Amino acid sequence: MEIFGVPIQAMMGQLLIGLINGSFYALLSLGLAVIFGMLNIINFAHGALYMMGAFTAYLLLHFLGLNYWWALVFTPLIIGGVGVIIERTMLRHLYKLDHIYGLLLTFGLALVIEGLFRNKYGSTGLPYAIPSQLAGGQNLGFMFLPNYRGWVIIASAVVCLATWFFIERTRLGGYLRAATENPDLVQAFGINVPLMITLTFAFGAGLAGLAGVMAAPIYQVSPQMGSDLIIVVFAVVVIGGMGSILGAILTGFMLGVLEGLTKVFYPEASTTVIFVAMVLVLLVRPAGLFGTQK
Amino acid sequence: MASATETTANAIPAAARITAPRRTVTAHRIVFAIMLAVFIVAPLAGVYPVFMMKVMCFALFACAFNLLLGFGGLLSFGHAMFFGMAGYVTAHAAKIWGFTPELAIVLGILCATVMGWVVGVLAIRRQGIYFAMITLALAQMVFFFSLQVPFTHGEDGIQAVPRGSLFGLIDLNNTFNMYCFVLAIFVLGFGAIYRIIHSPFGQILQAIRENEERVVSLGYDASKFKLRAFVLSAALSGMAGGTKDILFQLASLTDVHWTMSGDVVLMTLIGGMGTIFGPVLGAAVVVSMQNYLAELGSWVTVVQGAIFVVVVLMFRRGIVGEIGHRIKKTL
Repeated sequence: MEIFGVPIQAMMGQLLIGLINGSFYALLSLGLAVIFGMLNIINFAHGALYMMGAFTAYLLLHFLGLNYWWALVFTPLIIGGVGVIIERTMLRHLYKLDHIYGLLLTFGLALVIEGLFRNKYGSTGLPYAIPSQLAGGQNLGFMFLPNYRGWVIIASAVVCLATWFFIERTRLGGYLRAATENPDLVQAFGINVPLMITLTFAFGAGLAGLAGVMAAPIYQVSPQMGSDLIIVVFAVVVIGGMGSILGAILTGFMLGVLEGLTKVFYPEASTTVIFVAMVLVLLVRPAGLFGTQK
Repeated sequence: MASATETTANAIPAAARITAPRRTVTAHRIVFAIMLAVFIVAPLAGVYPVFMMKVMCFALFACAFNLLLGFGGLLSFGHAMFFGMAGYVTAHAAKIWGFTPELAIVLGILCATVMGWVVGVLAIRRQGIYFAMITLALAQMVFFFSLQVPFTHGEDGIQAVPRGSLFGLIDLNNTFNMYCFVLAIFVLGFGAIYRIIHSPFGQILQAIRENEERVVSLGYDASKFKLRAFVLSAALSGMAGGTKDILFQLASLTDVHWTMSGDVVLMTLIGGMGTIFGPVLGAAVVVSMQNYLAELGSWVTVVQGAIFVVVVLMFRRGIVGEIGHRIKKTL
């Protein structure tokens, strides 16, 4: 069976890879959007936190013997803790300054983190085995679906939707949205806004860490896995606009799929297609697909 | 319409005179003389000439970047694309088409100018932090383009670029001639930037940085000024990139990589953004650091990142900015 001269297996395979990449774009751009809403900072270190997540999973396995499932629980907490330290010691001194200082500081942090890991572990990737429960795959007739990949897509979609539900539909999420609009007023109602800011950053960092754990068995664990990804995620954020949680999630998955399809039909452009999409969106709808111009 | 332009042209130099009193101008002349003296004396005093020439190329790059960030308030995180791509075009023109070095560099500048216009038109459609993300993303696109198209030779880069003869007369393989050529390019570019900053155009640019709404309310088209500043900055970055590749006889992927965009931000930040001489000093510091710490491998990245963090948290004026603040002058 063929579609436009491309075997359906190849097409579905790339579509699957696209969805996987899309899961990571969605998780990371979601974290960036939540952090930006609350802190007005674009976290350049987000890719570095994702990389640390993958390394944490690797280290937990090799030094403490904690398997993938434990890593899924502990890593977001550990990376969230790193986020708390970053926010408390550095970022909070920047809130009154121009946005660009936040970007510059987190860029510096990303360089430090990546450099330290490269010193310790070199540039070659470290392997991380797929958990035994998710080894193997399903034959769907028209394609072969590795269990682990199916799990990543479903798990990240669930995490994304849970985040959306938490922010848009719960009382605490309501406080968060209110504090994004007007922190002074929310503080005047007796809500501890500085604590909320810290926890928001920790939450975004934790999401990046979680993405890192899920990525570890698919890509190799390597120090530079975050920096290339973060630039694509920036483009995703520009395309989606940071105004909407659901928008960030949808854009992430959509662009992953677009990238996968490009690999089938015009492989040379697969590395640049997301940037081209960004250019088109900027021309047609400068505020982004789901954004409002600020 | 014509009368409106005339009034603005008359009104702004007056403002320029207010912001740059004679004593500041004198201070600028003195610092410029010291800087020039250092660049002339250093190779005579035994500093490796190629190192000094490298510093000058990066100093010009940082000054061009600072024109945009320090005076226009626009943070571009993708300036490596102009620097690197102009370098590729210059190297290709000099090696394959046999252009003389000055023509090859002019071609590189043209390429950077056109790119600057295209990128500028796209990026100024969004404000603030998005601007940085868009320029970074477009620069990454240029990086992947450079990795894939044949003329850049991918990972190898364009090697063994001939330095050639300036105007077909002066042999640039001679280190003394090359040094004079690079110094002349640097002084030309630096002078152009100084002139731009102190022109009516530069004054409006700084006004936009301070309060864009107010400038718009005075009847200026802020986007047009931002775009022009972006194109000028891109063109001058291209001049730096082309000269650097003639100097090293190599155009490579590192010059279009995002780390290069980060380096130029760091240079400007260390020296002091919005200062006139800061980026030159910042470039000297960063290039020295990369040279002398090279054997430490990726520790250089760690050190650079740490400097970013420290400068942003505690030293936002930068070295020259701090000195200027102490003596109450904009240097």
